[in-house]
Amino acid sequence: MSWTKKILRVNLTEGTCTPEPLNMEWANDYLGQRGLATKYLVEETDPTVDPLSPENKLIMATGPLTGTMASTGGRYSVITKGPLTGAIACSNSGGFIGNEFKNAGWDMIIFEGKSPSPVYLYIENDLAELRPADDLWGKSAWEADEMLHKIHQNPELKIAVIGRTAENGCLFSGVINDLHRAAGRSGVGTVMASKNLKAVAVYGTQGVDSLDNPEAFDKAVADGKEVLAENAVTGEGLPTYGTQVLMNVINSVGGLPARNMRDVGFEGAEHISGEAMHEPRPSDGKPNLTTNGACFGCTIACGRISTIDKTHFSIRDKADQKQYQGASGGLEYEAAWALGADTGVDDLDALTYVNFVCNEDGFDPISFGCTVAAAMELFEAGKITTEDTGGIELKFGSAEALVAVTEQLVSGEGIGPDIALGSKRLCEKYGEPDLSMSVKGLEFPAYDPRGFQGIGLNYATSNRGACHVRGYTIASEVLGIPVKTEQTDTDGKPELVKAFQDATALVDSAGICLFTTFAWGMENIAPQIDAACEGDWSVERCLEVGERIWNMERIYNNAAGFTADDDTLPKRLLKEAIKSGPTAGQVNRLGEMLPKYYEIRGWTPEGVPTSETLARLGLD
Amino acid sequence: MQKSLHLDPAKCTGCLQCELACSYEKLGEFNPSRSLIRVFTFHFEGRFAPYTCTQCDEAWCQRACPVDAITMDLATGAKVVNDDKCVGCKVCTISCPFGTVNYVQETGKVAKCDLCGGDPECAKSCPTGAITFIDANLTGYERMQAYAEKSLPSAEASA
Repeated sequence: MSWTKKILRVNLTEGTCTPEPLNMEWANDYLGQRGLATKYLVEETDPTVDPLSPENKLIMATGPLTGTMASTGGRYSVITKGPLTGAIACSNSGGFIGNEFKNAGWDMIIFEGKSPSPVYLYIENDLAELRPADDLWGKSAWEADEMLHKIHQNPELKIAVIGRTAENGCLFSGVINDLHRAAGRSGVGTVMASKNLKAVAVYGTQGVDSLDNPEAFDKAVADGKEVLAENAVTGEGLPTYGTQVLMNVINSVGGLPARNMRDVGFEGAEHISGEAMHEPRPSDGKPNLTTNGACFGCTIACGRISTIDKTHFSIRDKADQKQYQGASGGLEYEAAWALGADTGVDDLDALTYVNFVCNEDGFDPISFGCTVAAAMELFEAGKITTEDTGGIELKFGSAEALVAVTEQLVSGEGIGPDIALGSKRLCEKYGEPDLSMSVKGLEFPAYDPRGFQGIGLNYATSNRGACHVRGYTIASEVLGIPVKTEQTDTDGKPELVKAFQDATALVDSAGICLFTTFAWGMENIAPQIDAACEGDWSVERCLEVGERIWNMERIYNNAAGFTADDDTLPKRLLKEAIKSGPTAGQVNRLGEMLPKYYEIRGWTPEGVPTSETLARLGLD
Repeated sequence: MQKSLHLDPAKCTGCLQCELACSYEKLGEFNPSRSLIRVFTFHFEGRFAPYTCTQCDEAWCQRACPVDAITMDLATGAKVVNDDKCVGCKVCTISCPFGTVNYVQETGKVAKCDLCGGDPECAKSCPTGAITFIDANLTGYERMQAYAEKSLPSAEASA
């Protein structure tokens, strides 16, 4: 089984923590983590609820493989209705806290209501209670993490915590765990702050056991690890360069957007790439990258641990701020792109500093970088002036401006409060809504929908807005996984997007990391789930569960007020052709793909699942 | 031939597969808090270090034990805790300079690495070769080799 079959319900209004049995009927239909927690949210909340009201709920959920020896089996997700989008928000994180929830005996924690004053949840196995967090409120995620470790005198305590930006209402705040891992996107941290919940601190020593078939599990897990080790991406590319292995690759195939996606192709890409992170700096002779690091149970170890040059302008005058002087979580590809290429900044250490601050105070570097990029374009157009920015010359390519705006976001000064709105609301406020590069309010990741038709369709239809990890067609369109498709073709892309979206929903519900799917197909994943969980978990059943989850999320979004009109891309990406490079002349041809996508999903032309589809998936 | 666990922190990624494997072998469950090998993360230094018992020849724990509960496995050289003799007095935990024998409140006994009877699960599970199980006389071999290589005259100089 591998579920603990126990969930914790925390009523923040009443201050109560109540255990209850996991609904196993739902677990059989939705597996765990993303799928199962979304089922609880759908059943227990009104989709039209204000995301930041006490009536919204926030769920932290593990999967059945979380805490087991399955490679990457340490994931957890935060599920809620997101404030940036108003859509379903589900944000996945690694690190070590997912295992700790499981080892403490909990599959899931449901937070409801709103505490009258700041609190944190302390869990030690069966003990679960809310404790005052007045001293922690107003502190960064890193400060709060340190304080909690001191209070409990337990170095093994695992902590998920929000930073100051979430407290200040920044709509793209995440939940940080283990200092540099994040449930980063969609503003799940903002929801946590709205409930006056500063942190969750958990210590578990009960052990994760009760595998359905231990012998089969050992074999499936060992086979899976071997596949990961022998694969070029998971066995070599990711441990060596992290996801940053992609910077030069994506740039070279004409898919790297730059300067608020006005351009495709970034001349500074090489300087902010995974390769560059290995290069000794002229100033101190040390590379930006200190080492790679793994999340719980992960045999890939793509994580970047970086150190900033002590003489770099971003930290030169901050010798007293020790948190920037040592190693910490370094740049992943999406962050390097959003903070770098999209703002035109090619200063690796500046981006690393900003990335540190994103972790220190818990906000999403993708949405933040894209929002700064939009602000830079507004500044160039004269819509934002130095009066708005507190004197910052907010120009594309300025590392100094990027660093200054980052500090303004945290302090709430200058343009900070406007940036905190995210690009959609920022661009609306300054009268240029079309300059927001977002879908359903969520900013784009690092793949241009004009250069890759499939990822464009995925962005347009993703249930949480423009998100690459809902259906990562880049695997096929660039890397040929599982088969190569032409990046500029639209043929076959609806089928590709659906297949990736459904498979991903299953992976996100299992407790393992999506990055395994560079090497693993469902035929590697299903046997691990099957051996861990009671019942028969075939490849077919796994894919059906994935499709059921996708449709459940869609129904929620439709009920929240989204329509087919929201399944679109910014005008720039549909109308302004790529100017130069290998993909010159391309726009995204969404109109060629969307009707077919609805059709194969079993949805009406209005994007609504038909009654036959609902019946087929047991959603009626 | 006696073999030793050889730990190379430079290769460790902090993934904890060894802790999972150890607890799975000893307890039949995945429980890193009860693992007999532990991985320490020094976050702000960007370093990870696995650590466990080195199986001292003249073991402090063995000498300190008042009831002779710790004995040597003659086949492996491991110092093994005999649960039926251990009275949980904890004197061994005080005597060990390395902290690698510890009291377990769940059992009322102490627990330490016993090399899994000569086929340690931690070494088998390590994905990066940070933990290996090798000839006890050769734990310095790789490091010596690396320094030997450094001491070579450069190709140009020797040509």
